[in-house]
Amino acid sequence: MSRLSNTTVLLGKELRTEFRSRELLTTSAVFILVVLIMFSFAINPTAEESRAFGPGLLWLAILFAASLMLQPCFLREQTNDTLSSLRLAVSDPFAIFLAKLIANTCFLLLTELLMLPLFAVFYNIPVLPQFPLLLLILFLGSLGVSTAGTALSAISAQARMRELLLPLLLLPILTPILVVSAIVTVKLLDRDPVVEWKGIGFLAVFDVVFLTALWLFGEYLLEE
Amino acid sequence: MPPTALRFDQIDKRYGGLYALRKVSLEITAGECVALAGRNGSGKTTLLRIASRLVRPSAGTLWFPDAAAPSAVRPGYVAHSTMVYDELTAEENLVLFARLQNVDQPTARAEALLHELSLFDRRHSLVRTFSRGMRQRIAIARALLHRPSILLLDEPATGLDPFGFAWLSRTVCELSASGCTIVMSLHGESEISALATRAVRLDAGKIVADTKSGESLHSILTFGGD
Amino acid sequence: MSKRILLGTVAVLLVIASAYANFYIAPLERTMGALQKIFYFHAASAWAGMDAFFVCFICNLLYVWKRKPSYDWVAVSAAEVGLAFTTVVLITGPIWAKPAWGIYWTWDARLTSTFVLWLLYVSYLLLRSLIEEPDRRALLSSIFGIFAYLDVPLVYGSIRWWRTQHPQPVIMGGPGSGLEPTMAKVFFFSVLAMHVLMIFLIRERYLLEQTSSEVELLQREAEAT
Repeated sequence: MSRLSNTTVLLGKELRTEFRSRELLTTSAVFILVVLIMFSFAINPTAEESRAFGPGLLWLAILFAASLMLQPCFLREQTNDTLSSLRLAVSDPFAIFLAKLIANTCFLLLTELLMLPLFAVFYNIPVLPQFPLLLLILFLGSLGVSTAGTALSAISAQARMRELLLPLLLLPILTPILVVSAIVTVKLLDRDPVVEWKGIGFLAVFDVVFLTALWLFGEYLLEE
Repeated sequence: MPPTALRFDQIDKRYGGLYALRKVSLEITAGECVALAGRNGSGKTTLLRIASRLVRPSAGTLWFPDAAAPSAVRPGYVAHSTMVYDELTAEENLVLFARLQNVDQPTARAEALLHELSLFDRRHSLVRTFSRGMRQRIAIARALLHRPSILLLDEPATGLDPFGFAWLSRTVCELSASGCTIVMSLHGESEISALATRAVRLDAGKIVADTKSGESLHSILTFGGD
Repeated sequence: MSKRILLGTVAVLLVIASAYANFYIAPLERTMGALQKIFYFHAASAWAGMDAFFVCFICNLLYVWKRKPSYDWVAVSAAEVGLAFTTVVLITGPIWAKPAWGIYWTWDARLTSTFVLWLLYVSYLLLRSLIEEPDRRALLSSIFGIFAYLDVPLVYGSIRWWRTQHPQPVIMGGPGSGLEPTMAKVFFFSVLAMHVLMIFLIRERYLLEQTSSEVELLQREAEAT
């Protein structure tokens, strides 16, 4: 159970660091807001169009925000080589990844919840009636984004042009999340809501596949 | 004959075909205080990082007495970087690493070390606000949290002012006296190198001199310059 | 050297022969006419591309396990060759679509998945170009390659089940459209030709990568001293 306690301790560190500075949360929230507004300037949708396109645009904004928010994930550990001290201290390197991906999922989810009221207002889509299921979809989608994103952040931190590289690695990999989350959200928030359980299940499968892949290969990403 | 603390057996380390270490064999007995000398790029840092288990050798083995449970042996390691978080306080940093390593009573241990290192009054300050000397002290504190029997120091005196240097010298002396095995890479001779019971010189990834073979501490530490 | 020339010659001859078979032996398709013949190149290239990416995936796994540089050399070769074939698929698709349907692109499940696949392996090669140290480059790109390949069925599934809801023009007939016997033979001959070409190209690229790695090593040794 050492890995579990390591994960908890590291998660505490990640959360404490972020809530002290709130850099990631504020920049991601503002970014999503700006993107949502820009979209409506560019597209100028009718009410029906808003309902049809809004959720897709929200997910697109979430993905872009995530690829920015995930940049510092492993870069921060390079400043004072704290990645080495973590590697020396923990019994299982997967604990490092687990803590970071849980933290990233929390940050992403928090940002999305902050943006949800604004999204509802700008796109005229009531979100409260279906809130529990919407939360589930946001959670599963964000978990997938964070899992893949944390892994790829560890990779891009070791390459040049990392700010440009991470989105280029991450966005194609996250295509399934974008496709499914968008459609499931559209159907959920429709005038006659439909719950697409197959889609929700698919998101869960994505999460499991990438969590497993990260568990199997994560330690190699931290090797020197 | 004191027991072996650690042993390098024919260690090779290649980075993309280039050799950082070549067939390095070195046996260090418990309680020794070994000074590693050599020019920049001679392989000292690589050797220390392999000993700390951060880096896997390309060939050869690293041997510890508890070979059955290799993960149980955790040398303390102090590198060029502080390896602590600037955005956390001194106490938060030490408690974090103590908890991760399952040290008993992590907070008490952290506070004890902070006292020893004269950092107790600054324990609630962010490490970002620390001077170079203070950072070095917290870096060493982090390495000592789990009371390691082996301590690896990579050029620990770099950037220290005379006060910090004197403190480091005292600390190495005390640790060595208490039986800790110390391997430290150094440049030239100093009060710290005088504490060494043995010196080894590396050049281009190979061991070229060892006090065990009869050469003097002085010649190993000064030959070749930097 | 002679083995290379032999393989190369066989590959080229097979491709020419399959082109001949394509144009002169395969009968004209009822509705599309001559335009349909692009199908042989399109589908055979798709198949060869997918197999090349599979080779890349296996080599990625082998490299992470064994750490022999030659696995990495095959991986990058297979990725590049796969990308070349995939590019052919993405170009021949619209070439067929425009006269057939009046539009260049359709969010047909296979074409869209192929496009994402293309993006994934472009990213793979881009990642490689941004890491200088060969062992790091091999390890990190192998892991990305593994992630990318695991993603492929997810990409395909998500697009097939959720993106092809509206009736879409399907590139060159859906999976169910059968092939008349002569057409089938010509098609499988094209597939064979493309695969032999793929093997030849991967081998050539591998030899190039091997030499280039040796040169890179010499350069780095020279810089180090």
